Amino acid sequence: MRRELLRVAGVEPVGPYVLLRLGRGGLDPGEPGQFFMLEAPGRPLPRPFSLCTAAAGELGFLLEPLGPGTTALAALDVGDQIHVMGPLGRGFELDVAKPLLVGGGIGVAPFPFLSERLGGPPALLGFRTAFHAEAAALVPNATVVLDPVLVTDALPDRPGDVLACGPAPMLDALARIVPGAQLAREAPMACGYGACYGCVVERDGRYVRLCLEGPVLREAA
Amino acid sequence: MTVRILNASGCLDALAAPEVARSLDAFVTKTITPEPREGNPPVRIAETDHGMLNSIGLQGPGIDAFVASHLPRLAALEVDLWVSVGGFAASDFARCCAALDGEEAVAAIELNLSCPNVEEAPETAAELVAAARGATKKPLYAKLSPAQWDVAAGARAVVDAGADGLSLVNTIRGLALDPVTLRPRLARAVGGYSGDALRPIALACVYACASAVDVPVVGMGGVSTGLHALELVAAGASAVALGTILFSDPQAPGRVRHELRAEAAARGFDNPLAARSVSVAGFGKPLQIALNGTA
Repeated sequence: MRRELLRVAGVEPVGPYVLLRLGRGGLDPGEPGQFFMLEAPGRPLPRPFSLCTAAAGELGFLLEPLGPGTTALAALDVGDQIHVMGPLGRGFELDVAKPLLVGGGIGVAPFPFLSERLGGPPALLGFRTAFHAEAAALVPNATVVLDPVLVTDALPDRPGDVLACGPAPMLDALARIVPGAQLAREAPMACGYGACYGCVVERDGRYVRLCLEGPVLREAA
Repeated sequence: MTVRILNASGCLDALAAPEVARSLDAFVTKTITPEPREGNPPVRIAETDHGMLNSIGLQGPGIDAFVASHLPRLAALEVDLWVSVGGFAASDFARCCAALDGEEAVAAIELNLSCPNVEEAPETAAELVAAARGATKKPLYAKLSPAQWDVAAGARAVVDAGADGLSLVNTIRGLALDPVTLRPRLARAVGGYSGDALRPIALACVYACASAVDVPVVGMGGVSTGLHALELVAAGASAVALGTILFSDPQAPGRVRHELRAEAAARGFDNPLAARSVSVAGFGKPLQIALNGTA
């Protein structure tokens, strides 16, 4: 478990989102779907983000400035420094025969790194507006659907090995339609390393810590 | 002897982060109850401007599974081990303490008399301590809530009932609302408030209790720097526990210990513990507030 002070290398708008690029320091990018805890300047708790891009010497995170933490992160300037801890948790299993990336909104975040590792598999991405859909440019080989069309409407008959990230209703629907899908979940998280028990999700009638068991969970096939 | 740095119960899992546990002078477990508990439904945490709320609800394996499977692994970490126990009746405290009494790996037992996220026991804190005292010879630390008007009276009662020390303070109940819906952000609405904003409250409780009883006090509440730790010592604590800061900075124990030494030395104390002398004679009379509202 490594935590370092990293320097901001870039803060770039991607539609309504922001790609925050940090110098990597001594941190390892880990596996796609793993996450990092980023210090949110002026806030008591850090925020979890999956790694979006892993350019040489950098770690890139896609964020949507909505609350006080993401807004503070989006307001960082090149040269600013923040504490970053990671990589944490369990990412996607990459040993899949016919991968299909399925994402919704800011759930596109882990896909650029994931797509790179999987050799550019097809991706199906859903967004609220064309402005949000500008983030699809980060993912090679992507098909985009816009609201009110849902990604679940556009799934092929034989979707193959689905690796997904997006809002909970989308993931819940995929869990029903595609048994065995790998779903990157999200939960409010104080620590990211199993200390706080804040991020639990229900699995088989028990509460498990998403930061340790996930964030990528494989639905029962 | 110097000021020992502990974790606040429920703020660290030594089995998930053994290197953090080893950086402490003693590791305090999450509160163990007699029966296994799944805890409260999510959402369980909410950040606020100056701290956070939690509503975990004592998720844990129960005392039997804890002793059988967790305790041996915790003992292997070779860090002083305190076990926090809780329950919903005096008999629960007695049962947990009895189960730990013969366990060599357990250095002390902390009695969680003040969890803000579960039903309270019908007995008084002193009665719960007395039940625990009857079940074990281990050192017993009573963890008190800051939400009592006369915490010193509470401290005297639990010490009279057999507590060997005090852990001050637990979280204090709070509520946070979603700014759009005005609905509670936590599934159970209220939670335990911790972090920066708890610190002055903790200092007041430590000062009040250390002045009232002659037992060791573990001070905690919003400590994130060595100066914060030194302030608790000056108010009467002889050990300091880190809580919310561990969530954002797992390296805090080593840093706070280093800063504490430097802050103490800067004030002429060879040993941070010597800062206790500041409050031994009393901080003086309570501030008199003049009728016109100026101090």
